[in-house]
Amino acid sequence: MDFQVVVMAGGYSKNLAPLVSQEMPKPLLPVANRPVLSYVLELLEASNLKDLIVVVEGEDVALRVGGWISGAYVDRLHVEVAAVPEEVGTAGALRAVAHHLTAKDILIVSGDLVSDVPPGAVAATHRRLDAAVTALLCITPVSGPSESVSSVGKDKGRKLPRANIVGLDHTRQYLLHVAAGAEVGKDIKIQKSILQANGQMEIRADLMDAHMYAFQRKILQEVLDQKEMFHSIKHDVFPYLVRTQLRSEISDKGAPKNGLNGVDYTLNGSEPASEILTNRTHKCCAYIANKSKYCSRLNSVQAFCDINRDVVGEAGHLSGYSFSAQNNIVHPSAELGSKTTVGPQCMLDEGSKLGDKCSVKRSVIGRHCRIGSNVKIFNSVVMNHVTIEDGCFIQGSVICNNAQLQERVVLKDCQVGAGYVLTVGSEYKSEPLSKK
Amino acid sequence: MAQKKNHRTSSDDPEELTRTVLQAVLLADSFAQKFRPITLERPKVLLPLVNAPMIEYTLAWLESVGVEEVFVFCCAHSQQVKSYLENSQWTKQPGAFSVTTIESHDAISAGDALRVIYTHGIIRGDFILISGDTVSNMSLAKALSEHKDRRKKDPLAIMTMVIKHSKPSALTHQTRLGNDEIIMAIDPGTKELLYYEDKVDLSQHLISLDKMLLADKSALSLHNDKQDCYIDICSPEVLSLFTDNFDYQHLRRHFVKGLLIDDIMGYKIFTHEIQSSYAARVDNFRSYDTISKDILQRWTYPFVPDVQYLGNGLQIKLDREGIYKAPEVVQSRSAHIDSFTVLGNATTVGDNAVIYNSVIGQGCTIGHNVTIEGSYIWDNVKIEDGCKLSHALVCDGVHLRAGVVLEPGVILSFKVEVGQQIVVPAYSKVSLLPQPSKQDSDEELEYADANTGIIESPSIATMMNAQKVDFPRGTSDADRSGTSEFYVSGAGYIWSSCEGGNEDEWRHSIAPIPADKLSESLLNAFADVDAPDQDTSCIPASGELLPDSASTVGDGEDYRDSADFEKEVEATFQRALAGVDLENVILEINSLRLSYHMSHADCAGALFHSIMKAALVPSYSSKNDLYANAVKEIIKWRDLLKHYLKTLDEEIEVILKFEEISVETAREFSPLVSNILSCLYDKEILSEEAILSWAQEKEGADESDKIFTKQSEQFIKWLREASEEEDEDKD
Repeated sequence: MDFQVVVMAGGYSKNLAPLVSQEMPKPLLPVANRPVLSYVLELLEASNLKDLIVVVEGEDVALRVGGWISGAYVDRLHVEVAAVPEEVGTAGALRAVAHHLTAKDILIVSGDLVSDVPPGAVAATHRRLDAAVTALLCITPVSGPSESVSSVGKDKGRKLPRANIVGLDHTRQYLLHVAAGAEVGKDIKIQKSILQANGQMEIRADLMDAHMYAFQRKILQEVLDQKEMFHSIKHDVFPYLVRTQLRSEISDKGAPKNGLNGVDYTLNGSEPASEILTNRTHKCCAYIANKSKYCSRLNSVQAFCDINRDVVGEAGHLSGYSFSAQNNIVHPSAELGSKTTVGPQCMLDEGSKLGDKCSVKRSVIGRHCRIGSNVKIFNSVVMNHVTIEDGCFIQGSVICNNAQLQERVVLKDCQVGAGYVLTVGSEYKSEPLSKK
Repeated sequence: MAQKKNHRTSSDDPEELTRTVLQAVLLADSFAQKFRPITLERPKVLLPLVNAPMIEYTLAWLESVGVEEVFVFCCAHSQQVKSYLENSQWTKQPGAFSVTTIESHDAISAGDALRVIYTHGIIRGDFILISGDTVSNMSLAKALSEHKDRRKKDPLAIMTMVIKHSKPSALTHQTRLGNDEIIMAIDPGTKELLYYEDKVDLSQHLISLDKMLLADKSALSLHNDKQDCYIDICSPEVLSLFTDNFDYQHLRRHFVKGLLIDDIMGYKIFTHEIQSSYAARVDNFRSYDTISKDILQRWTYPFVPDVQYLGNGLQIKLDREGIYKAPEVVQSRSAHIDSFTVLGNATTVGDNAVIYNSVIGQGCTIGHNVTIEGSYIWDNVKIEDGCKLSHALVCDGVHLRAGVVLEPGVILSFKVEVGQQIVVPAYSKVSLLPQPSKQDSDEELEYADANTGIIESPSIATMMNAQKVDFPRGTSDADRSGTSEFYVSGAGYIWSSCEGGNEDEWRHSIAPIPADKLSESLLNAFADVDAPDQDTSCIPASGELLPDSASTVGDGEDYRDSADFEKEVEATFQRALAGVDLENVILEINSLRLSYHMSHADCAGALFHSIMKAALVPSYSSKNDLYANAVKEIIKWRDLLKHYLKTLDEEIEVILKFEEISVETAREFSPLVSNILSCLYDKEILSEEAILSWAQEKEGADESDKIFTKQSEQFIKWLREASEEEDEDKD
């Protein structure tokens, strides 16, 4: 289906410190013990989108991600991994891979998307409405983000802002207004001309831009070429297209007058004026995911915890594992001591050992972890090869690969970086802990 | 027994009590001058709309929806309204429907009227507020029960506004009723009105909605396609609110907007949208025309001429193609009456006359070979042979001599006479009364002189004699009073347009909008759309994009103020460059600060901006030269700048300002930000705390917002380490 897919996988995201490390760039962060990138790749594969370009930041990330992909998807997907310098932004990254883009439409997906919304549906909407750009919007519970912030601390002292403010037409197919980033917190400024053209506009604050866009390639490339200052797809290119939908500049150059992206509208038949009546417009559309679909982006520590919890819990179908009768996933090779309980919505992977009288609730534990006796792990993510000694108490925390927790460590809402060692009896609350 | 009990409980419930007597307040004065000069002689509510006074439609509707008590508030020409009502069927007929008049002569607005009604203390429960020029056939039951249900749940829901779908023209920005477009924001779930703007400023490209509107809800719908029907269901609190806020005059502009803005009291207004029924208000000549046509085309059923014999009680017959004829019409065989025309009682039509889309009143005499198109001719009008009328409004007793041509949009008030072969130019308004001397017609309170019309009316006779033989002195509006005398053997003054000026005459006229106006506004519309294009190319790289150039305008007063302030500071600084004493400069800036309500931080920012601008003035060939220039200027003005950098906040403001100018106005600096920052630090203008807290603040910002923190990363790191060392030293 003449769609090319660009996956923006990122690199060492600062938002995710200390979870990311040299060995563990953002695309490879585990969600239910699978790299987060695999969720997007399999989602695309399910929609039969197999021609992918994965863009990562930095050469060494490219090596790692490329190595993993070629191992995991060698005969399933046609993936090209491209490295771009850090801080070029998503728009810069697209410019860098522009020469690879040849298809009529381009689907741009963020590599940190964990979702079961079929990209094929977005692509189909895009084609059906003949849009210049189509964005995937997901319904977010309005009070949701702020609640979860309070339950798990570590929020850098500011409330999670509203994701987006979008304006839709009454059929909810066309996007009329988008406010992203810093604009969201301010007064809503609506372009009058767009409102007048549509008569009414529904302004929604409960929709999140999931960073999955279908673009017409020619339009996208023109914008990227003309607007050199544009840094991000989400914050610059996409709002720009929505803003200028009634007065399209693009395709004025070069392309023939009835170019593919401009639709000529004649407002009324009066002859003398018809000359000026031709107005260039392009359509910006939205695909609003069904409320029952899961859709989340792993772009913060908070999101990392939430997604891990959801994938082994409510959104279990995403993980690809089959749940046991206790509604959890325990690998056959995992060993549990006596009187140790692993509650529902938990995951315990290959070769991990738990001592006696442990309790694990709503947590994910990776491969080959050594966990002593009397350890309580609630609402946490423990990655691979972690050693947790007797009597530790871990709540709402993330513990990265090879970390070591000595006896009676108490952690609440902390992030422990890779290879970090916590000494006997230490207590921390709401702190990122990692090697300098 | 059980029945009795039931009865008692229901009468004890206050809600039940109010439902037993549904009251309505009918404003028999529009408190506007849109129908001048006609309203100088007769109140607007008594003007005939398809041969029945407007108030008849309103009262008939009120009766049909179950209102039992109507208070008619009259102000201008109150005597006429009162005597009309006394002689009408409404006061004569027995039954539950009672009409009471309330008179006041000093009310100049709807607000005053409601205050007067409040002092009478006659409103006991929910009431319907309506103006006496409303035509509707909607059923009120649903809106009323919605209103009552809401009131039970939330006593703050004090008003329900009736709205109707009507999309304004994209070109003229007015609805088919000639009203200006309205922008409303409505909560899609509860239908609460959140925002109302009826005077849309066309020069602004952005609508700004307060972010608080979305604070506790996930969606709102913004409408440009709704029309306000001016039918409101109000709770008694509305009256007391008008009394409390004695400056509320206009129902919408003051009251509705006032409530929406005021979040202390928390009163709420809701909307009720009608789908298939009809509701509209005769607000101007265009809506007079539109509503007349709607009546003829039976959208207002049952309020159509042949069903409800409004006013005169004459049997009117409806023929095919919407031709309504009263009895005793004398019509020549060769006269051609075409579709959607009303011929009033005892009207005679001469040979070969052509009449279509028009309303002719009672007792009119229409001569031979007359053409009447889209016009409204009231009672006892004499039209002699060969006249041509198109889209004109002709009041009672007018006499058109042979061969008169009325161009589109002409209004002839009572008893005007027009001499032979005169062509009355388009949009003229002619009255026997001279135009009152001009006042500033934009004033909200202009209608104060609505009363003066009554006083002048006795002088008609003398006026007529005086003018009858006058030769036309030209129809120009040259003379100072704005009026000019009229016609060979005619009588009347041509009024110069009083409201809005001549250019806007076509908007509210009976005549259709001329094609050249349409194409003109089309051109404007596109110019408007194109205008913001130019600036979009220089969108800053930061994530916080300006939506387009117009947003700078959209920011309104605040923005302009701060821009002005900056300019002023810069001018002051220029004087300092020219050698004015430093002390005086500080004095000047301080006074500027006070007059613009700015903080010290703003002064520091503006001053810094000026300094950096000064650094750009000398020629430079490379980055290093520019840096040297900047350093020189900074050292030179260090003391001045220090004067405004008393606290950390001010220092941070300077850094932010610096960031802003290097992104927007003076991009030459953007590669030098880090260097200049360190220079500012070296010269002890900025403290390390300021720089560090700036860096910290930016940490959480968008990637694109971090260009400069990135650039000065090393410097910041060095600062951090230095401060840590210091801390350690202290320990």
